[in-house]
Amino acid sequence: MQLSGGQALIRALEMEGVEVMFGLPGGAILPVYDPIIDSPIRHILVRHEQGAGHMAEGYAHATGRPGVCMVTSGPAATNVVTPLCDAFMDSVPMVCITGQVPFAAIGTDAFQECDTIGITRSVTKHNELITEAQDIPLAVRQAFHLATTGRPGPVLLDVPKDIVDPKNPRSAMEWYWPTDEEVRESLPGYRPTTKGHPRMIRQAAELILSARQPIIYAGGGILKARAAEALRELAELCEIHVVTTLMARGAFPDDHPLCLGMPGMHGNYTAVTAMQDSDLLIALGSRFDDRVTGRLDGFAQDAKIIHVDIDPAELGKVRRPDIPIVGDCRLVIEELVLAVRNLLSGGAAFPDRSAWRSTLSGWQEKFPLTYQQSDPGEALKPQFVLERLRDNTPEDTIVASGVGQHQMWTSQYWKFNHPYTWVNSGGLGTMGFSVPAAIGAKVGRPDRMVWSVDGDGCFQMTAQELVTAASERIPVKVAILNNAYLGMVRQWQEMFYDERYSEVYLSPDLPDYKLWAEAMGCVGMRVESPEEVDAAIQKANEIDDRPVVIDFRTDSREKVYPMVPAGQANSSIIVDPTQGEGGR
Amino acid sequence: MNVPGIDIQHHTLVVLVENKAGVLARVAGLFARRGFNIYSLAVAPTEDDRFSRITIVVDVESSPLEQITKQLFKLVNVVKISELDPRDAVERELMLATVRADASSRSQVIELVGLFGGRIVDVGHDELTISLDGEPARLDDLEDLLRPYGIVELQRTGRVALPKLERSAPALRSVRRPA
Repeated sequence: MQLSGGQALIRALEMEGVEVMFGLPGGAILPVYDPIIDSPIRHILVRHEQGAGHMAEGYAHATGRPGVCMVTSGPAATNVVTPLCDAFMDSVPMVCITGQVPFAAIGTDAFQECDTIGITRSVTKHNELITEAQDIPLAVRQAFHLATTGRPGPVLLDVPKDIVDPKNPRSAMEWYWPTDEEVRESLPGYRPTTKGHPRMIRQAAELILSARQPIIYAGGGILKARAAEALRELAELCEIHVVTTLMARGAFPDDHPLCLGMPGMHGNYTAVTAMQDSDLLIALGSRFDDRVTGRLDGFAQDAKIIHVDIDPAELGKVRRPDIPIVGDCRLVIEELVLAVRNLLSGGAAFPDRSAWRSTLSGWQEKFPLTYQQSDPGEALKPQFVLERLRDNTPEDTIVASGVGQHQMWTSQYWKFNHPYTWVNSGGLGTMGFSVPAAIGAKVGRPDRMVWSVDGDGCFQMTAQELVTAASERIPVKVAILNNAYLGMVRQWQEMFYDERYSEVYLSPDLPDYKLWAEAMGCVGMRVESPEEVDAAIQKANEIDDRPVVIDFRTDSREKVYPMVPAGQANSSIIVDPTQGEGGR
Repeated sequence: MNVPGIDIQHHTLVVLVENKAGVLARVAGLFARRGFNIYSLAVAPTEDDRFSRITIVVDVESSPLEQITKQLFKLVNVVKISELDPRDAVERELMLATVRADASSRSQVIELVGLFGGRIVDVGHDELTISLDGEPARLDDLEDLLRPYGIVELQRTGRVALPKLERSAPALRSVRRPA
């Protein structure tokens, strides 16, 4: 069957099971947009290409399937660089297709030309310039294979116009669909290890059985590997407490008695200190990020490390593990459970850990997350808004946040009892992630309620995508915690820069968020006092035909606690001022 | 010239890659990102023309090198990486040098090149271009000895290397994925 390259590209996406793609057409990619009219694939027309990238990420976070975005060449390609980097840092499976000027024009500074492959090389798991129409099906299959296997990540395909334009003879191709074996053969350098080494797993099981103060340090890899069930089995079998990093919120239920919540710079006291004092850290799909470890030479100094990751480059990158295991988290944890069971049935037993358990529960009692409710007539406390939002929405609600104070409060105060309900930008820390990511998540999971919790600074970066949501009838809900500041920067300036507030003030009512929301086809609301909060949330929950934006006016002086100051050891944790010195 | 032939921080990586456009840029990019200078580089197709072998000599301490090696492995087009210990490897370079050699010094230069087993590949009125291949240290020696005569231009290739054969201790330390 003879097809043009453009037809072949869309057909290949259909063959890969793509249901929806996010994008915006332009000159170089026009021939690929034409066959979309005849394709069952839903295309969502964004207002800015960055939105397309983050929507693809949100879709992938919520569904586990690769997100797909397609944009034109030049400025469109540079606009997706941020989402690509974001997806790369957070291991999000994503396939991005960019148009390119005709092959013969590459390198001539043609209109809307840029070196997309060069620019995106370091922010993608892999990228490829397709030079012949005949290569398109194989390139697409490779892209999806690479994006979704091993350590997932973004893959970019750069497509010159001449090989997709039916008016150009270079676009003629004979359709084929490569087999799995052909895809494998075509990637001789790509053989991810999924099965853990049996000897290492046995040693890990032995170490777990001898540890008195073990902690499971669960990272985003648990979610990527669909390993939440396996993690629960391991934790319950060994009665080991679990901390869930920012990328792993929901990987282990917050209401589980063994869950300690989030560790790190703004983690709760117990999670942070339990890691510090542990004698064994079982790192599963986590990468010892500096926001988790604090100053490295002061991090969990007495802990032995079992480190499981599918990416061999993570093992020993930051902290040298005592037992490194390369493999898929789910497969390795399942084997680990078997190995522990074997040892137990052979007569081994766990040491007495009651002292450790009572230490942990003592910390939980002494240092819970806390805040002071505002006095009547004063601005809302952001934590209060989050508690009300949490308690007034279904338990499986998907929450997407931006980056900053509101992100930390959401991670702290939400109860994540289900995997894939938390969508956020962890590694890159991309302000403006929330709104488009929430839209992508809602497209992927229309059955779920999706709330974006955003800051006023973040919202202004990508709010235009609410026009996309309104026109596509994607009923996401946005809670802006509007404190009129770049709040996290303000917090650092208050604490570490002698209250010298340099360029952080944004104004609470410029723009007028309610009017702005309405102008974009959304329902807009404003909430200024505690008694209005529940009613506004309930009203938002009932609206199912368009997006809703609530402008919550929050207290700009509120700070995120606990906090480990940047560059300091986790033992220097600062708790809420009402809780004293933190006890260390 | 500071040649890292005996420097403990000098490492030779042999990277087998797919013979495709852009692969060298990917490999080099990993070094550039960390600010590590590539000391020498040689790239050419192997006995199987689907693959090329890149021989990279870098001045890096061992621990960042281990991280770079692991990152190199992650490149989809990289098939295999070996780190060669110079003591257990056969290493060769080629040097071309144009040397001042007027009537008074010409015979001395020719004699010197002859002692090293090099060849005269071009002759001018006051200059000779010589060629020498061999172990990098031998090239260094001849270069030193030629310098007093006046080196007009000098070009050395990147180093190529293969492990010594099994008669000696196994030398190819393959840094495969830890199993």
